Amino acid sequence: MITINNLSFAYKKQAPLFKDLSLEEGAGQIIGLLGKNGAGKTTLLQLISGLLTPNAGEITVNGQIPIKRSPEFLEQIYFVPEEFIMPTVKIFKFVEAHAGFYPRFDRTLFNDLIKQFELDQNKVLSKMSHGQKKKFRIAFALSTKCQVIILDEPTNGLDIPSKAIFRQMVAGALEDDQTVLISTHQVKDVETLIDKILLVDNGRIIFNNTIIDLSEKYDFKIVSHLPEQVLYSELNPMGYKVVTAANGNTSEVDIELLFNAINDGVKFN
Amino acid sequence: MMEFKNNKGIFQQIADNICERILSGDYAPGDKVQSVRQLATQLGVNQNTIMRTFLELQHSNIVENRRGIGYFVTENAPDTIREFRKEEFTKEILPTFIQQVKLLRITKTELEPLFNQLKENEDENK
Repeated sequence: MITINNLSFAYKKQAPLFKDLSLEEGAGQIIGLLGKNGAGKTTLLQLISGLLTPNAGEITVNGQIPIKRSPEFLEQIYFVPEEFIMPTVKIFKFVEAHAGFYPRFDRTLFNDLIKQFELDQNKVLSKMSHGQKKKFRIAFALSTKCQVIILDEPTNGLDIPSKAIFRQMVAGALEDDQTVLISTHQVKDVETLIDKILLVDNGRIIFNNTIIDLSEKYDFKIVSHLPEQVLYSELNPMGYKVVTAANGNTSEVDIELLFNAINDGVKFN
Repeated sequence: MMEFKNNKGIFQQIADNICERILSGDYAPGDKVQSVRQLATQLGVNQNTIMRTFLELQHSNIVENRRGIGYFVTENAPDTIREFRKEEFTKEILPTFIQQVKLLRITKTELEPLFNQLKENEDENK
């Protein structure tokens, strides 16, 4: 679905952001793209979407080269950026004008999602709050049924109830042939939603693993005293948050703890 | 060492919840369990995670997959679940309990409600 071979990229007059980055991701996944500020998460998403040109290496999405921006490519990908400007048109007018670009656009689903987010189709997009605009873009993105849906910080600006609705929507609306890439710092918002974690750091993907695999191989827990064989630990009001090797049981992955552990140099395989 | 928080993996948590509902009678043997998509939508959990839940339950003979229709609670599911739970109780809950009893120097009198329940269970099995 998404294949990246030896990608290099640098913004003009800046040190390279990506050096020799490779990635291969199949369909039917919700991937969480994590990384520190400035690691290049958004840039990577823009490269995959054909908004930026690689300096070297190749990217293919469904066999298409993004930067060629062919209609066959564009009708299969939808990108919701973190910040965007919406035109001064009503929701239903926007949908009338844009839905046609996406052959699998599902109007019934769209109406349903808009209702769940409590949006009024007669409201003018440019006059809505940032959170409402975001909810509209997310609902539109899912309704396109595009094979690749990219969401950059989708939960920023969403109110508390909307975050749960967002998870329910994304989890429920997907088909087997779709892949969703979510870049975020708000890992708690997507913890149950994503089934894979990609971590970008220092120009490369330094971690790529499924949540199920992690939950079987490692134990994430809070303990009163530090155990002997601990991979990583953090102080916590109750004692310590720790990561250890699994003891035969599965464990709920604490993504924040995992992130800090990887940053601290812990190797997970 | 005390463990304060050690949640199971999410697919396991969902499996435990389905088992709980079978034991409480929400789901009877032969009933159809909610579909992967329904559960994903309700819980906001990845469909692959829920698929894994059903694989585990199927592997333990708690549900069976009728192709194209969905997952159904097996005839022996309640007994099977009780067996699994008992094993979990003996292996994990009981040692922690005993450890606490030791740590807090609990006496027989303080555990009277427990003994009463044990006696009730025995009477029922007679």
